[in-house]
Amino acid sequence: MSSDKLNLTLRVWRQSGPEDHGGFQTYKLSGVSTHMSFLEMLDVLNEKLIAEGEEPVAFDHDCREGICGMCSLMINGQAHGPDRGTTTCQLHMRRFTDGQTITIEPWRAVPFPVVRDLVVNRSAFDRVIQSGGYVSVNTGNAPDGNCIPVPSSTQETAMDAAACIGCGACVAACKNASAMLFVSAKVSQLATLPQGKAERSQRVVNMVAAMDREGFGSCTNTSECEAACPAEVSVSHIARLNREYSKAILFSDT
Amino acid sequence: MFRVASDELNSRVPDGPLQEKWDRHRFDLKLVNPANKRRFNVIVVGTGLAGSSAAASLGELGYHVKAFCFQDSPRRAHSIAAQGGINAAKNYPNDGDSIYRLFYDTIKGGDYRAREANVYRLAQVSNNIIDQCVAQGVPFAREYGGTLSNRSFGGAQVSRTFYCRGQTGQQLLLGAYQALMRQVATDKVRLFPRREMLDLIVINGAARGIVVRNIETGRLEVHVADAVVLCTGGYGNAYYLSTNAKGCNVTAAWRCHRRGAYFANPCYTQIHPTCIPVSGDYQSKLTLMSESLRNDGRVWVPQQQNDGRAASEIPDSDRDYYLERRYPSFGNLAPRDIASRAAKERTDAGFGVGETGLAVYLDFRDAIRRDGEDVIRRKYGNLFHMYEKITAENPYKVPMKIFPAVHYTMGGLWVDYNLMSNLPGLYVLGEANFSDHGANRLGASALMQGLSDGYFVLPATINDYLATATLPRVVEDHPECTATLTAAQQRLNQLIGINGSRSVDSFHRELGLLMWDYCGMARTKAGLEEVIPRIRDLREQFWKDLRVPGSGTGLNQSLEKAGRVADFMEFAELLAIDALHREESCGGHFREEYQTEDGEAARQDDLFSYVAGWEFQNVGEEPVLHREPLNFENVTPTTRSYK
Ligand SMILES: Cc1cc2nc3c(=O)[nH]c(=O)nc-3n(C[C@H](O)[C@H](O)[C@H](O)COP(=O)(O)OP(=O)(O)OC[C@H]3O[C@@H](n4cnc5c(N)ncnc54)[C@H](O)[C@@H]3O)c2cc1C
Ligand code: SF4
Ligand code: FES
Repeated sequence: MSSDKLNLTLRVWRQSGPEDHGGFQTYKLSGVSTHMSFLEMLDVLNEKLIAEGEEPVAFDHDCREGICGMCSLMINGQAHGPDRGTTTCQLHMRRFTDGQTITIEPWRAVPFPVVRDLVVNRSAFDRVIQSGGYVSVNTGNAPDGNCIPVPSSTQETAMDAAACIGCGACVAACKNASAMLFVSAKVSQLATLPQGKAERSQRVVNMVAAMDREGFGSCTNTSECEAACPAEVSVSHIARLNREYSKAILFSDT
Repeated sequence: MFRVASDELNSRVPDGPLQEKWDRHRFDLKLVNPANKRRFNVIVVGTGLAGSSAAASLGELGYHVKAFCFQDSPRRAHSIAAQGGINAAKNYPNDGDSIYRLFYDTIKGGDYRAREANVYRLAQVSNNIIDQCVAQGVPFAREYGGTLSNRSFGGAQVSRTFYCRGQTGQQLLLGAYQALMRQVATDKVRLFPRREMLDLIVINGAARGIVVRNIETGRLEVHVADAVVLCTGGYGNAYYLSTNAKGCNVTAAWRCHRRGAYFANPCYTQIHPTCIPVSGDYQSKLTLMSESLRNDGRVWVPQQQNDGRAASEIPDSDRDYYLERRYPSFGNLAPRDIASRAAKERTDAGFGVGETGLAVYLDFRDAIRRDGEDVIRRKYGNLFHMYEKITAENPYKVPMKIFPAVHYTMGGLWVDYNLMSNLPGLYVLGEANFSDHGANRLGASALMQGLSDGYFVLPATINDYLATATLPRVVEDHPECTATLTAAQQRLNQLIGINGSRSVDSFHRELGLLMWDYCGMARTKAGLEEVIPRIRDLREQFWKDLRVPGSGTGLNQSLEKAGRVADFMEFAELLAIDALHREESCGGHFREEYQTEDGEAARQDDLFSYVAGWEFQNVGEEPVLHREPLNFENVTPTTRSYK
C-alpha cells in the first residue's frame, strides 16, 4: 500500500432518531486517499455501507468550503477536528496516519438535540438572533453608503466578528455549552459599526437573555471556544460583550 | 426532438424610454392598502439572497409570509459561499462608471441574449442595494479614510465591485438573514427550515401552495397561500461536480415546470475558469477560487508541450500568458466564458500542467514582488488559506493550479418583467429565474440580481397581482392539495420501493460525467444527439436499480438525494435538447460548429435572438418551444470583443 493511502478504524456515533439512546459502531475503512477531505472519507464509508445493505451515516454538510456552517462533528474529541481555523469539510485526510482510530460524534450540547446519527438541531441560534441580532432598518430609503465614513480599522474589527459561520463548535467545545462566542460575535460586530450603535444596549441585553432561555451555559473564560472556532473569532469579542452588557445594565432607564 | 409553438411569450416590458420604464411602471402598478396587506399570505421558498431579502421585505410591508429552506437555518443558503463581490454603478472611484455603463457591460457580457429593460432596471437598483446593505451593518471593505472600497471583476474596465474580504456572499446573506429574523420576531414571517419543496399546488390555473417534506420527521405538509415566490437557486449540480453547495438542486423549479411553468434557456450554463482541479474519483465537489484573484494573478501555461519543469524554473520567455496575448485590453480579466474556453484550448492542445494535464497556472509571483506578500494576504488571505488546505501547496510560493468548472446557471424558469412566471401567482427570483444575464453572467452580478429581485423588484410588482387577481380562499384539504400531496407521497414510496443495487451518488456521478462531456464547455450536434438517448437510458436504469436504504419516516438523506437526482435525470434531457436546438454559439453555450476563425463564439442573430421558453409535456415526450423575441432598442448587438 502506497504511503498516500490509509487504513482506518472509525468509531461512529449511530442514533436512529431523537428518542433513541444511540451508541458507537466500529467500521474499518481501507485505502483512504490522503487527498480526500474528511467528508469525502465519510462519503466513501457511506457508499460501502449502502452496498452492504446498511443505512449510511447521517451527517450535515452543504457548501464543503468552510463557510455555510452546516458541517459539524467532534473528531477525536475536538470540534471540527485537529486543525485550527478549519471546518470539518476543509479538514483533509493527510492530517491522519495509517492505522489510526478516529472517533466521530455529534455536537454534544443540550440546546442542540440530536436528530439522527451526527446531525443536530441548531435552531436555538436562529432564535438568539431573532432576539436582537440585527439593525432595525426596513428596506428602502437607506442613506448613501458613503454618508457615514467608517475607518477601515473599525470595519476590519467588525468583519473579524462578522466572520462567524454559526456552526456551533464553540458551544460543543465548551464544557458548559456556553454560546458566548457566537453571541458576542454578533453583538461586537453591530456595536462596533455606527449603523448598529442606536440599538446596542437593548441588543446585548435581549440576546444574552435569549441565550439563557435556550439553555446555553455560562461562560467561565476557558477559551476552548476560541480554539475550536473555524472562523477564528477571538474571545476579545466576549470581553466587548461583557462591557456592552455592563454599560447597558448600568445606564438602563428601565 | 421538440415542437415549436406559434405564439410569442409576452415579456410585459412597459413602454417608454429605457431610463423611465421602471419608474413609470411602478406608478402604474396597483397598490394594496396597508390594512389589506395582512389579509394576504405569501410563500417564499428559499432563503438565499433572493429569498431572504424578499421574505424580509414582504414582512416589513405587512404581508403574512412563510419562508422555507432545506438547510437547518436560513443563513446557510448557498449564497453564503459567494466570495468575490457585488457590482453597483456608484462610480465612487470616478473612473467613468454609470448606470448606463453597468447596463451596457451586462448586456454585452451576456452576449446579447438578455432583455434590455430587465438589465437596465438591475443597473438602476444596484446602487440602492449597497446603501441598504451598509445600513444593515454589512462590513464592506473600506479605504483608510472610511469610504467604501472597490475592486475590478471580469468583463469590465471600471472598478465597481464592493466586497467583504473573500466572504461577500456571507456578509450580504447575513444582512438579509438578520432582516428576516427581525420579521420572524414580529411574527410577520414564519420560518420553516429543513423543509424540502416537493411540488407546487396549482388551483384554477394559479399557484396557490406547495407540498413540502419535513426533512427531520419525514412528514409531508401542505401550505397554501395567495402567491408562491420561488428563490431556490441554480441547477449546476446537474453536472454532479460543480462549485455549488451539495444540496443545490433543480427540484423546486422542475416541479413547477412539470405543473406548467416554462423553463427558459436551460443550456446557458456558466463554466468558471478558476477552480481547483479534480484530484480523484472520490471528488465530491469543486472549489472556486474567486475571479477577484485575476486582479493580481496572471494566467499562463508553458510554451512547450509537456514541459516537465517546476513552474519556478520556467523563465518568462518560456511562458505563454495566453489571456494577455489573446485579449490585450482585458487581459486576465477577460469574461468567464472566454477565459474558460481559452484554458480548454490550451489544455486540449497539450500545454496543460499538473499530473493530469488538466490545469493551468494562476501566478501571483509578480503581484507579490510588486506589492509584497502582506498586501496580497490582506486581499486574498482566506482564499489562499483555502487553496492550501485543499491542495497542500502554498500559493504564496508556487502558482495555483486551476481549471474550469461548472459554476452558475443563467437559464431558469421563464419570468416576465414583473418576475412572474407564465403561471399566475408563481414568482421566480434569483438564480432560479432566467432573467438578467443572457448567455453569460459577469462576475459579481448574481448577488446584485438576487438582492435587486428580493429587496426592490418583487415587493413592488407582487402588490399589483394581489390587488387585481381573483383569489378565492383555499384550505389545506382542498382536493387539489390532497391530490398533489398524495402524488408526492407516492413518488417517495416508489423511490424507496425500487430496492435495486446502486446508490444515488453513483447515478448522479454518471449523469454528471455525461453532461460534462457532451454539454460542457463545448457542444456539437453529433454529441448532443448521442447523449440524449444515453440520458434516457440512465434514467430508466435509475428507476430500476436504485437503492435507497431506510424508510420515509425520520431523517433519510439518501431519500432526499434520490428525489433530487430523479429530477436532474429529467431536467438533463431538456438541457441537452435546448443545447441541440440552439444552433449558434453565445456566451456559455459554445457549439463547435459555430465559431469564428480565431475560435470565438459566433452568434446567429437572425435565427436565435430569442429566449427559448420550454413547456413540459410528459417525461420522454417532446417539449414545446415558446419564443420570446429579444428586441434591442438601445444597444446594437455586435460581435463581443475583449481584444
Ligand atoms: C462558490 C461560489 C461563489 C460565488 N461568488 C459570487 C460572487 O462573488 N458574486 C456574485 O455575484 N455571485 C457569486 N456566485 C453566484 C451566487 O452566489 C448565486 O448565484 C446566488 O447566491 C444565488 O442566490 P439565490 O438566492 O438565487 O439562491 P441560493 O442562495 O442558492 O438559495 C437557494 C435557497 O433555496 C432553498 N431551496 C432549494 N431547493 C429547495 C427545495 N426543493 N425546497 C426547499 N428549499 C429549497 C435552499 O435551502 C436555499 O435557501 C457564486 C457562486 C458560487 C457557487
Ligand atoms: S463563533 Fe466560531 S465556533 Fe462559534 S458558531 Fe461562530 S464560527 Fe462557529
Ligand atoms: S459544509 Fe459548509 S462549512 Fe462545512
